[in-house]
Amino acid sequence: MTEAVTEVARPSALKEFWYYFRENRGAVIGLWVFAAFAFLALFGPWIAPHDPTAQFRDATLQPPFWQEGGSWTFPLGTDPLGRDMLSRLIVGARFSFFVGVVVVSIAATGGILVGLLSGFAPKWLDSVIMRIMDVILAFPSLLLALVLVAILGPSLTNAMIAIAIVLQPHYVRLTRASVLSERQKDYVTSAKVAGAGLPRLMFITVLPNCLAPIIVQAALSFSTAILDAAALGFLGMGAQPPTPEWGTMLAEAREFILRAWWVVTFPGLAILVTVLAINLMGDGLRDALDPKLKRS
Amino acid sequence: MLNYVLSRLFTFIPTFVGVTLISFGFIRVLPGDPIIVMAGERGLTAERYAELEAQFGFDRPIYVQFWDYLTGVLQGDLGNSFVTKRPVWDEFFSLFPATLELSTCAMIFAVVIGLPAGVIAAVNRGKLYDRLLMSTALIGYSMPIFWWALLLIIVFSGNLQWTPVSGRIDLIYYFPDPTGFMLIDSLSSGQKGAFTSAVRHLVLPTIVLGTIPLAVIARQTRSAMLEVLGEDYIRTARAKGLAPGRINGIHALRNALIPVITVIGLSVGTLLAGAILTETIFSWPGIGKWMVDSIFRRDYPVVQGGLLLIAVAVMVVNLTVDMLYGVINPKIRKR
Repeated sequence: MTEAVTEVARPSALKEFWYYFRENRGAVIGLWVFAAFAFLALFGPWIAPHDPTAQFRDATLQPPFWQEGGSWTFPLGTDPLGRDMLSRLIVGARFSFFVGVVVVSIAATGGILVGLLSGFAPKWLDSVIMRIMDVILAFPSLLLALVLVAILGPSLTNAMIAIAIVLQPHYVRLTRASVLSERQKDYVTSAKVAGAGLPRLMFITVLPNCLAPIIVQAALSFSTAILDAAALGFLGMGAQPPTPEWGTMLAEAREFILRAWWVVTFPGLAILVTVLAINLMGDGLRDALDPKLKRS
Repeated sequence: MLNYVLSRLFTFIPTFVGVTLISFGFIRVLPGDPIIVMAGERGLTAERYAELEAQFGFDRPIYVQFWDYLTGVLQGDLGNSFVTKRPVWDEFFSLFPATLELSTCAMIFAVVIGLPAGVIAAVNRGKLYDRLLMSTALIGYSMPIFWWALLLIIVFSGNLQWTPVSGRIDLIYYFPDPTGFMLIDSLSSGQKGAFTSAVRHLVLPTIVLGTIPLAVIARQTRSAMLEVLGEDYIRTARAKGLAPGRINGIHALRNALIPVITVIGLSVGTLLAGAILTETIFSWPGIGKWMVDSIFRRDYPVVQGGLLLIAVAVMVVNLTVDMLYGVINPKIRKR
């Protein structure tokens, strides 16, 4: 007698993920905005109508086109030095994007490695690592980043390093917690019994099963990184003028807030929209990746 | 309970030592010789250099220096500011009330609006109110607060002329400040208009600093409420015919408050980080502005001491929150 084979093909992980992600309309909008942001970051200099550092001396502080005195040559107006706001905003996208990518890569890689180590290490080493992370977390993130930049010297690179250091403990804690709960499970024991060595156990058996919360954290810290870098730029400790980084642009525009609203409004709006899009995406990712919420 | 308190205290001590180690290390990892940096552009003779080196103890082994630093810290000795020559400890505690006043107001603002917003959103899950409130909360959560501050200044100080742009009180008022809290001191001074002036100065910074905690509290309250509203005992309460207000307000909210209190406690770090930006923008004479100014002035003892005191303040608050958590949630003590 032959047994009827009733095998239903399991949807691929990506398809399943997309199915749940699509449910969340906000997340999809966030994804589109983020895609546009990434596009500007990659191709900004070719799209921008003007050179972002070119100074049009006879058109300083020109308002946007819909206000009196504005023109289509500078659709969003010009700053006090006569530079085109729109071009600066477009080209500025790449700095924020770059900050997000670099900070998340450094913080996540470091955090995952240390977290895995901590989860598998003997108790004393685990305690030492976690106490070190507690120490870093005891400082308000922006303050620690500010002090680190003061030590390293103000620049965008140093701001990124500082923010990565500050964000890294979150990854360590998250990875360690997942590792500790995964390690109890039968599949890990069976892999151990089958003779898997420690590196294989760490990276191939356990790590893929810990990734879901880490991916969500990565999305959320992408936005934190952009905000913190902009804040450092605003305090004069991040990217230095004339770099069209959005936070730095705000700092330069501060003294004109009561005379020229557009020099202050647009860079901040760019930061807000980008961060909002990423956070929307992060919420969608969490809903799609968190199996507990999926069932409800 | 005692075991729980002791075990929490036990993890506090190594973290404290670690924090002092970092603030101790700070001045030593700066590029260049700290004594040369202190001397500035005037330069030093070799004798004066040796004298200063002995005075600061840089000629002794590093572990001896750390031990001296640690014992100094425990006795409240954090060195003197390069700029004002006053002890860092005194400067910190003379400015701390300003930050505490601002943070407290911001936290009250965040809780008073955030908690009801979260409850309303949870009770109306999926409906218009929920969506509106949660979209607003997400915008607040994503807000670059330094920009938010500038926008509020443009609208309320620039266009409407309702609020002043900087400081804690109008300069025409002068009175002793026994508590350091402007609201209390202005009220007790009895001067006409002083209290109103203090309040008007406080409004915008409070909104700016409270925005992110407000958004976090609203989101957290909503998700905690949703979780609790799905529990069996809520269904029982409904089946018994209790009024919805009583169920939501007493049965559900009380239990939903446990995670919310943790979030409120953990927001203290966020508040202090936010205070750096808020105080700088509004020229609020508190710890945040003091730190930023000292960083720019290269006043290293202040940066070092301030870093340590702020971290310790955050740690103490977190410890307190943990203890409170143990009091309100007996389950956690057993672990």
